[in-house]
Amino acid sequence: MNPKYAGKRISLAHGAGGRAMRELIAELIAPTFDNGWLAPLEDQARFPYEQIPPGAQIAFTTDSYVVSPLVFPGGDIGTLAVCGTVNDLAVGGATPRWLSCGLILEEGLAIDTLAQVLASMAASARSAGVAIVTGDTKVVERGAADNLFINTAGIGTIPAGRSTGPRGVRAGDRLIVNGALGDHGIAVLAARNELALQIPVQSDCAPLNGLVEAMFGAAGGAGLRWLRDCTRGGLATVANEFALEGRFQIRLDETAIPVGDAVRGACEILGLDPLYLANEGKLAALVAPEQAGAVLAAMRAHPLGRAAAVVGEVLAGGHPGLVTLRSAFGGERVVDLLQGEQLPRIC
Amino acid sequence: MKYVDEFRDPLAARALVREIGAATERLGATEKKPLQIMEVCGGHTHSIFRYALKDLIPPALEFVHGPGCPVCVLPMGRVDDCIAIARQPGVIFTTFGDAMRVPGSKGSLLQARAEGADVRMVYSPLDALELAAANPDRRVVFFALGFETTMPSTAMTVLEAERRGITNFSLFCNHITIVPTIKAILDSPGMGIDGFLGPGHVAMVIGTAPFEFIAAQYRRPLVISGFEPTDILQSLLMVLHQLEQGTATIENQYVRLVDPRGNGVALDAITRVFELREFFEWRGLGSIDHSGIRMREAYARYDAERLFDVPGARIADPKSCQCGEVLKGAIKPRQCKVFGTACTPQTPLGALMVSSEGACAAYYQFARREPAAPTIPIEAAA
Repeated sequence: MNPKYAGKRISLAHGAGGRAMRELIAELIAPTFDNGWLAPLEDQARFPYEQIPPGAQIAFTTDSYVVSPLVFPGGDIGTLAVCGTVNDLAVGGATPRWLSCGLILEEGLAIDTLAQVLASMAASARSAGVAIVTGDTKVVERGAADNLFINTAGIGTIPAGRSTGPRGVRAGDRLIVNGALGDHGIAVLAARNELALQIPVQSDCAPLNGLVEAMFGAAGGAGLRWLRDCTRGGLATVANEFALEGRFQIRLDETAIPVGDAVRGACEILGLDPLYLANEGKLAALVAPEQAGAVLAAMRAHPLGRAAAVVGEVLAGGHPGLVTLRSAFGGERVVDLLQGEQLPRIC
Repeated sequence: MKYVDEFRDPLAARALVREIGAATERLGATEKKPLQIMEVCGGHTHSIFRYALKDLIPPALEFVHGPGCPVCVLPMGRVDDCIAIARQPGVIFTTFGDAMRVPGSKGSLLQARAEGADVRMVYSPLDALELAAANPDRRVVFFALGFETTMPSTAMTVLEAERRGITNFSLFCNHITIVPTIKAILDSPGMGIDGFLGPGHVAMVIGTAPFEFIAAQYRRPLVISGFEPTDILQSLLMVLHQLEQGTATIENQYVRLVDPRGNGVALDAITRVFELREFFEWRGLGSIDHSGIRMREAYARYDAERLFDVPGARIADPKSCQCGEVLKGAIKPRQCKVFGTACTPQTPLGALMVSSEGACAAYYQFARREPAAPTIPIEAAA
């Protein structure tokens, strides 16, 4: 980081459009993201049309990040802001290419914290193979925001012939996840220090585009039917979205759902259900049964899919829009959408 | 995971289920005239649904979901009182998460927070006390709620406030006691309950003696039960064995936690701080004598009911609400006129739809629609 900012704090001048803002962008933000699209510091990034492969579709998404605390085990708001948007592109089959970065800074924010978050964004962007090519910086007076909010929009390209969504789904399709659920939700909860609990869990925050490419490679053709990332609301919410939008029933198998011991323990104590906990590096995919083995093998060969597992399937017949869970004892219950936030039970 | 997996062992569960099936058959119960076993505690109701235990027991055996969900049975007037306190200037109103969504006559604490009241969720009453210590210029009120399970921790918090000389902390006491309510249910006309699963965590505090009258006077067996699926199945089997032998005693299945004498330290704290009210209004059940708990005169300076001007209005349950009949086992949640239509977890009319431990919410969340018959089994994709 530029030494002139060490120990300094954000003031309203850093968002006023004058010298302080120009310097902050030119001396701190642009050098951290460091790429040729951003370097001219125009009001927009410019790309030659030929950068879009012939026959490809353009994917475009946006997401805002307001996590508290800003830093948690396994990542920070910057890691999230890049991975979240990259993953929203990737699960549509897109190759993520370019991201924007809108910063809303609260007056008084330590510039060291901002620098750390920007460095995390740059590192996550490098590992995902994307560039942060345009941005915006606003400063609001103390109390009007909580330290730092980030919005990122992302553009990606979907190769010709690749299409995912409800239309391809068939009875018998397998529901696959790429690893243990709930790590991000519990890591952030623990980092808030509201609980007198030490929980050894790291956020799973990671860009999933490499894993998704490996899955498409293994599935071939239309075998990889539909993907979503399991963020807020967890696997239960994604399974419900699949079932509701696709008008079919999904049955989950409780014994097959991967959950780490520390997360399970925390859930037991707090009365939470790991099925509903947030993830930031997990996806759920519906895969044709014939390709499920190959996709699972490809996932397990990737560092972000080592604990991938088949956790359920699309039922023939069944109730459209319903998700059920078969318990270890053979009973079956409904897994509904969450009502409000997931609140701990009191006794 | 240790101390969890052994109580969720499918093999052990299957063995218990076989024995339960055989005992039910020997007792001659039928689907038309089933044996009714009430699980008193909301924690049991939650486990029964979470592990789909209803699917495992024979149709001639029925769980009746009891009144043991403290959030559910809280009357609307008390929620209104909470909101009135929370809206006073300088107040930080603290509560367990479950109580945030409970509807009063003019909205919930969650809505009051959105409208500007300082309402905060805490995980322990001691967290509320810390808030008071950290904010000496504010008045911190803790919404004390629950049966004997949560009473010791709120009592200890008051004693701790006294010891530390913290004066800006108080309790809005809505503790209730389960035993008079079980008696009210046993006395109600048309009561058809054959036996009880007793509340394990209440018994951990008060011991087994307060339940003896159920066996002695009403000749119904009660088995104090743990909360894991095999605990519940084993307790159910113990009740059935008593019915077969024609005995009625208070048994303790939850021996790993429940001392028949209760917990002396906890009981001592409760007795120092709290005393019985003459009567207390329960949502869905009406007024029940000696079922409510208030703070003793000696701790009046920590009693929000005395410190704040609360409306204290009695508000009748909505006419269409049939929570009372569900609580007595007279009807199943699905048979209620407003279940799943006017009354849902998002817009609860009745008490039992409010908390995840309420019988109607559990039905709605876990068993609203009968699951389809199994079709293709899930196998490891090869």
